[in-house]
Amino acid sequence: MPRAMKCDFCDNPAVVHETSIKHGVKHEIHLCEEHAKAAGLPVSGPQPIEQLLTQFVVTKSGSRPRTSKKTCPSCGMSFAKFRQAGVVGCPDCYEAFEKRLGPMIERAQNGGTSHCGKCPRRGGGSIDRQLRIQRMIKDLEDAVAAEQYERAAELRDRLQALEAEVPAADTESAAPERA
Amino acid sequence: MEIKEHGPWISADGPHSDVVMSCRARLARNIAGFPFVNSATQTQRHELINLARQVLLGSDLAEGMIWVDLTRATQRDRELLVERHLISKNLAEADIERAVAVSGDETLSVMVNEEDHLRMQILAPGLALSEVHRRIHNVDDAIEARIDYAFSKRWGYLTACPTNVGTGIRFSVMMHLPALKIINEIDRVRRAAKDLHLAVRGYYGEGSESSGDFYQISNQVTLGKSEEELLAELEAKILPRIIDYEHHARRVLAERNETVLDDQIHRALGVLRSARLMRVDEAMKLLSRVRLAVCLGRFPEIDANLINRLFLQVQPAHLQLQAGRDLPAAKMQETRAAVLRQALS
Repeated sequence: MPRAMKCDFCDNPAVVHETSIKHGVKHEIHLCEEHAKAAGLPVSGPQPIEQLLTQFVVTKSGSRPRTSKKTCPSCGMSFAKFRQAGVVGCPDCYEAFEKRLGPMIERAQNGGTSHCGKCPRRGGGSIDRQLRIQRMIKDLEDAVAAEQYERAAELRDRLQALEAEVPAADTESAAPERA
Repeated sequence: MEIKEHGPWISADGPHSDVVMSCRARLARNIAGFPFVNSATQTQRHELINLARQVLLGSDLAEGMIWVDLTRATQRDRELLVERHLISKNLAEADIERAVAVSGDETLSVMVNEEDHLRMQILAPGLALSEVHRRIHNVDDAIEARIDYAFSKRWGYLTACPTNVGTGIRFSVMMHLPALKIINEIDRVRRAAKDLHLAVRGYYGEGSESSGDFYQISNQVTLGKSEEELLAELEAKILPRIIDYEHHARRVLAERNETVLDDQIHRALGVLRSARLMRVDEAMKLLSRVRLAVCLGRFPEIDANLINRLFLQVQPAHLQLQAGRDLPAAKMQETRAAVLRQALS
C-alpha cells in the first residue's frame, strides 16, 4: 500500500486517484477533493457503512437484492423447512410463499381460496405498520451483527419500501384510544 | 392456584345433553409484528406473554379473570387445567414460556404461546354452538380493541398452521356415543365425518384417545366460508344426524337387546359400587355405561350431573386435588375406587 499521496496541484492529501492507459502509456493523476471537483471528477467521501454494505452484498450475492421466492425475507424461514414442520414462521411467509402455498392451502381447506369471514374492526394499518417497521429495524441490526448480509440487504429493501409508503391509513382511520 | 369445584360445562342440563356433553368455539389469533411462536426468539415470546397479559387484564374481560404462568405452575396444576379442558396437552407439556388466562366461571380460557400467540375458547354444556359463537366473538372484539392481529385481506387471520388460516375458528362438540360403540358403528361415524370434512378426536382433543365413548367432533375447514356458514353446517346439518344416529342405536339396544343392555349397565354399576381398586380407563368405561343407563331412564335414583362430575373427579390430578396431596399410582387406584363407591352408593 503506497504511502498517502499528495495532490498533483497542491499540498493537500489526494483523495481521487485515476489511472488511465492511453496508447500503451500509463498515466496516473492524484487530486485532492477541491481539484477533483474542479476537474469534474466524481468525489466519493468517506463511505457510510450501509453503502459499503450494499456494495459488498451486491458483489457477494451477485444478484439483485430482491426477495428470493424460497425464503421469507422477514423471518428467514425456507419453504422446505415449512414443508417439514407444517407451520410457517411469520405472517409474511404467506406472501413470500404464496405461489406454492396457495394450492396447498386450497387442498387442505377443501377448495377454500380466500377469506370471506370476519375482519378486524380497525384496519390496523397505522399501528401494524409502526410495529413492523420497528421489528424490521431490529432484525436488520441483528442480521448485520450476525454477518447475514444477504438477509440484511433484503430487510433494508423492505424497510425502505415500507418507509416510503404514504401511510394513507393513518389519516383515514382514527384508531380509538387504547384504554 | 385456586380452582373452583368445576366449570358450568359439567352441567347435564344443556340442550341435547343426553348425547352432547359440551361444546366449544375456539379462535386462533396472532399479534401483528411478531413471528409465530415456533419461530420467535425467547425474548419475543417473553414480550408476547407480557403483551397478552397487559391486554387481557386491562380489557373488559378482566373481571374475575385469573392469569396462570404455566412455566411456574406445578405439574399438578397444569394437569388440572388439561382435565378441565381449559388448556391443551401440548401447552401443558411444552417447555417454552407460556400462560393461560381463565375466566372466573371457567367458561373462557385464552392460551398464550401455544401453536398461535392466542387461542381463545368458550365452553358450554350441551349443544349450544350459537351461544358459544356469539360469546367468543365478544371476547375477540374485546382483545382486538387493544391490540392488532396479523391479518391479510386474502388469507384472513394469519395462523402458524395454514389449516387454521382464514376465520381461525374451530367449533367442537363432545359427543357421548356409547350405543354406537356397543353396536360397532363408530367407524361409520368416523368415515362419514371424514367425508364431511370433520375431525373426530378423543376426550382431550388432538392426539388423545376416545375414552368413555366420548368423541370430539369439529370442523376442519376454516377458509373460504364465513363463521356463520361453518356454524350452520355443523349445527343444522351434520350434528342432528349424528345425534339421531346415536338415539337410533340406543333404541335398537333397548328394544332388541334389552337383556344384553341391562346386563352391561348393571354390571357397570355393580363394579363401580364395590371395587376396591380402579384404573382410570376402566372407570371411564363403566361410567359411560351408567351415563347411558341414566339417559335411558334406567337408574332414576342417579343424577346425570353426578355422573358428569365423576368423569372429571376420577382423573389423576383431580383425585390428588381431592386427597390434598400427590398420590403414588397404587394409592390412586384405591382412592379412585373409594370416591366412586362413596358417590354411587
